[in-house]
This record gives sequence, C-alpha cells and structure tokens, in this order.
Amino acid sequence: MLTIGLFIPCYIEQLYPQVGMATLRLLERHGVRAEYPEQQTCCGQPMANSGCSADAAPLAARFLRVFRGYEYVVAPSGSCVSMVRNHYDAFLEGKPGFDELRRSTYELCEFLVDVLKVGRIDGRFPHKVGLHHSCHGLRELRLASGSERRVPGFDKVRSLLQPLEGIELVELQRPDECCGFGGTFSVNEEAVSCMMGKDRIADHERAGAEIITGIDMSCLMHLDGLIRRERRSLRVMHVAEVLAQAEGA
Amino acid sequence: MTGVSHPEAAARFVADDARAHWHDQALWWVRKKRDVASSAVPDWEALRDAAAGIKAHTLSRIGDYLEEFERNATARGAKVWFARDAAEHNAVVHGILSERGVTRLVKSKSMLTEECHLNPYLEARGIEVTDTDLGERIVQLRHEPPSHIVLPAIHLKKEEIGELFHQRLGTEKGASDPKYLTEAARQHLRRRFLEAGAGLTGVNFAVAETGGVVVCTNEGNADMGTTLPPIHIACMGVEKLVPRRQDLAVFLRLLARSATGQPVTTYTTHFHGPRRAGELHIVVVDNGRSAQLGDKVFRRSLACIRCGACMNTCPVFRRSGGYSYGFIVPGPIGSILAPGRDASAYRTLPFASSLCGSCTDVCPVRIDLHHELLAMRQEIVRRGMLPAWKRAGMKLAGWVLRFGWLYRLAAWIARRAIPALPRGLLYSRWNSWGRQRELPPMPRETFRDLYRRHHGRP
Repeated sequence: MLTIGLFIPCYIEQLYPQVGMATLRLLERHGVRAEYPEQQTCCGQPMANSGCSADAAPLAARFLRVFRGYEYVVAPSGSCVSMVRNHYDAFLEGKPGFDELRRSTYELCEFLVDVLKVGRIDGRFPHKVGLHHSCHGLRELRLASGSERRVPGFDKVRSLLQPLEGIELVELQRPDECCGFGGTFSVNEEAVSCMMGKDRIADHERAGAEIITGIDMSCLMHLDGLIRRERRSLRVMHVAEVLAQAEGA
Repeated sequence: MTGVSHPEAAARFVADDARAHWHDQALWWVRKKRDVASSAVPDWEALRDAAAGIKAHTLSRIGDYLEEFERNATARGAKVWFARDAAEHNAVVHGILSERGVTRLVKSKSMLTEECHLNPYLEARGIEVTDTDLGERIVQLRHEPPSHIVLPAIHLKKEEIGELFHQRLGTEKGASDPKYLTEAARQHLRRRFLEAGAGLTGVNFAVAETGGVVVCTNEGNADMGTTLPPIHIACMGVEKLVPRRQDLAVFLRLLARSATGQPVTTYTTHFHGPRRAGELHIVVVDNGRSAQLGDKVFRRSLACIRCGACMNTCPVFRRSGGYSYGFIVPGPIGSILAPGRDASAYRTLPFASSLCGSCTDVCPVRIDLHHELLAMRQEIVRRGMLPAWKRAGMKLAGWVLRFGWLYRLAAWIARRAIPALPRGLLYSRWNSWGRQRELPPMPRETFRDLYRRHHGRP
C-alpha cells in the first residue's frame, strides 16, 4: 500500500480540521495510507510572501526534516504546495533530499489525477457549484490552463468534479479572477481585498451557485468571512469535502 | 508616512463603489479584447517566447546595439543624443528647441518624457507644450498625470470630459457625446499642429540594424506632429532597441494585441532619418536603466514594451486606479520599477498585489512580474523599510512556528480566547480582517485531535 506524508497546512489543522479529515478519508478510499507527521507546523509562506525570508528559512528546513523520505507528500492546498515546489529553492537548494521532496510534493487534486490516475470519482453531489480557481493552484501549479494563456484547455480540478452525479458546475463571467485573499494582502490592503472578494461572490451568485468550492481553504476563508457578514445564502466547501461527501467516504 | 501609501489611496478609490466598479469593468473589457485578439494568433505562446528571447539577448549586448544604432541612424542623417538622466534629457530637448527659436511644441505619447517631467521643464522656459494624444490632452488640460500608460484618461467618464471641454475648449455645456467631443478636440489640435515649430514623439522600437525608429499610435497624431513641423525629436529609453528589422514582426504582433486587443495599431510609422529639409533628433536616455540592468533579478523588467496588459488584468489596479501608485508607470510593472528608483518612497507598492500571477501570464515579453514583486518585497524588508510592527509580527510568528509545542499552545489559546471575547472588542478598530469579514470558526478540536481519534489513539 502506498504511504504518503499528509501535509496539513497550519490554518487547516487549527481552523478547518474537517477539511483535513475529508482529505484523509478521500486518500484512504483511493487506496493510500496517509500518515500525518505530528511535528509539522507551517510551511513559512506568510513570512516568505511578506518578504521576510529569514523568518521563513528555518520553517523550510523544518519542513524538509519532517517530510524527507516520503514517496509523496500531499496537501489540500495549492498555495502551500507552490511554496514548497516553487519557492523553497531559495532556502534549501542543494540540501540532501530537497530535490526529491520538491518533486514529490503534490496538491490533492493533482495527486489524484496525475499520480493515482483517478479518471472519475463515483459519487453523487446534487448541487449547483461554483468552482473558484485559486491563483497559486492555477498559475503556479498549472492545475488548469487558465484564461490568460493560449494553450490547449485542461482543468484537473474540474475533471474530478464534473463527473459527479447531479452536480451542476455553474459558468462564471470571470472564470479565474483572484478572490483577493493573498495572505497578508487581505489585511494590508483590506479595502481592495474585500472588494475583490465581494465581486467574486457576486459572480458566483449571479451564476446561481449554492456552493463555492476550491482547492485552497484560505481563499474560501476570506470569501466565507464576507458571506457570513453579509448573511448571504451561499456557502463554501473545500474540494476535498465535496469529493468525500459525494463518495460517501 | 512619507511617500506613497497604496492601501490608503486604494481605500479612497474603493470608497466610491460605483466608480471603482466602472473602472474595473472598463479595463476588464480591454483584457477580454486582449484574450480574443491573442486567440487569433496561432502561435501566441511561441511569439511570447521569441519576444522574451530577443529582449534578453538585446539587453545582454545593449552597448553594442546602441553603438550600431547610433552609427546607422547617423548615416541616415539623424542626430543621436545620449542623456544620462532626466535632467540631461530635458536639457538636450530644450537646447534643440531654443537654438532654433521654437516656442511651440506638439507631442505624441511618450511615457519617457512623463518620467523625465519634460512638460513642466519646457513650460518654465517659455515653451508651449501640447500633448496631442486625445487622452494625454485631456489629462494635460486637467493638470493631471496619465492614470494608465496606454489609456491615460481611463479614470474619467465622458461627462467629466464634456465639462472639461466646455470650460477649456468652449464646447456646449452638458454635451458628452464622444463623437462630438472628439471632433472638438480634433479641431483644437489641428490649430496646434499647424502652429508648432517642432514635434516630439516617443519611440516604441528602435532598430539597431537600420538606425530607424518605430512609433505606434491609434490617432495618427505622431504622424501629424512629425509631418507638419520641420523638426522631429524622438525620445527613447535605451531598452527600446531591437537588433534587426525582422524582430519587429514579433513585437508588432504582440504589442497592440496585448495593449488594446487590436491586431495592430492604426498607425505604425517607421522613421529612417529626417524628412527632406527637416531634422530628426533621437534622444537616447539611460535614467537608471543601466543600474537596473546590473541587477540580476530586476533586469528582466527592462524588457517591458509598455503595453499595459498587466494593468488591465491586475485585479488590484482595476479597483485602485492608476493614481494610487503615485508613479508614472502604475500597476504590476510600475510596482517593480518605482521602488527600483526609490525604495523608500514606493515601499508599499510591491505589497499592492495579491500575487495572483495574472500579470505574468499576460505579459507579452514574459516578465515574471509576480515573482519580481515578491523579490522586491524581500528587498524592502532587507533594507529595513517594512513597518516595525509588521516586521516584529512576522519574526514572532516565524519563531513560534519553529517549535511544534509552542505553535500548538499559541493556537490553542487563540481558539479558546477569541470566541470568549465580547464582539465589540473582537471587532474593534485594530481588527482589519473583521471590518467587513467574519473571523473563521474556532473549533474545539484540531485536525491532529481528529487524526488521533481516527487511528484509535487518545
């Protein structure tokens, strides 16, 4: 049985444990033993994205110590995986095991599609769903082709959701505009961040979505904060929750 | 705080919700036009690769190409001037004009002369300067800088332009029909073209191999300004060079499609030496570009062809307006160029981005804009320009997260304390997250707790 290292981002561990559990059950259902190394904390992205590289460096080193040796490391987050894959070289270049770690760290949907070759998930999810493409998943991990580039179209996240029985994926006017979370941007640039978030929600609402789903709980946390403040009827669910619920896992 | 505070300026822009949404939608419309236009080119991504490659090559041998360009342009009868900085550039232009007794200058669009603050320099010396690009003329009449490098008056509505023209050009009060207003501007500018002693243009591309310069406009104003008066002054930054004429086949296909979604600009004029009985002066300006070329991270931004695509796609620019950046080039590219000039004054700009990366994917010359923004953030921190409380916060968080037990303890306290606080205190002024958003739920149990139970452990 394939054993992977389960990388649960700090804010999911603390604030959205059910997303971690959905990820775990989903992986187990697809024949993977997911091991959660309890020494993990945070990948260091908030510090790195604020330009505070020196504060992120020890966390990158810690991440390598914790996860070194796993055949795969899987996380229910695009931006944390991008941190490891695209930004850790500044801290860990040449360190033993780093190259393997970088190549073996996957976002959940990407792992299901590219490694486990899950063609379709058998399950039922009779809801109108808006798919929010988080930017780092889209443009740093290339989980989908994106609206900017002129390349053959593909979408790994949608390919998992689409075949679910009863699901209706709504068409958005702006299919991949940023929600405005952006880590510390959400508080540094509060006004623009919230306007971006409200515009995203309005797009999903106009399209008739009941649920906004995405691969990054951080974007969804921001959108959910706005939705609850304004008492809107939409709700947010991580893709792992949608898939796990659909499978009855 | 001295310098530009993007968050504050942006908040003021966002406060006028209707206008901010109108601005967002106007620019998104241009972005969509760009998507359509780029789809019509079969090898769009290969074209971007080619452009990036040509730029990287040219910048790596810029000295050689500048010499080749000077040689060839001179052989064609142009006079090539080199200016180290903005002051030298302005002095050269003024010298050319004053020696010939020119008191009236017509200009077509040139971001470089905006960068050098040429207009006020010449006006202070008794020269009447008329910007002849319609958008540029509008902002000039309002005594404002452009708010966008391709669409200088995109922050204004047609009613505001109607009012401005009523006051300055004598159009009917309340008239806001774009056709009527454009016609009024056209008549007004015609007189200026006829009266001018010299015409100044920017340069989109300068070809080393031929010594020619290429100017792209949609209004034909550069052509009017260089055909009527006998003297043509073309001002360019050193980075405008391309080696060969055939390279234009790459850049001209990318430029207008990226900028406005047109297949090509309405006018693409190639100037090879002066016209008969005329003069052509080409002023080549460094103004900090060599220093930028010496920086292995930020040199990539020198490849910029000023198409403005990164602004049109930027979700922050669209909602904060060009003026919120306080620099002549706003948006993602401006947020790299501005702190490159003055890190302290523009230290908030690299943070005026959610790092969504859309700019990187539309850039026709493949500048990795969002990674450069991140690198500029590091530079700001390295120079000690991040506010002390933010720096301390990051240091503290980074330190806590180095110890599993400490992280868990701190998080446990937060999850218990936050729900216990009275709402008035929790959502007080210091909580910038909570101004418009609810805080996330604070569950009793963590993933670790659930994971342990899942495996039958306590």
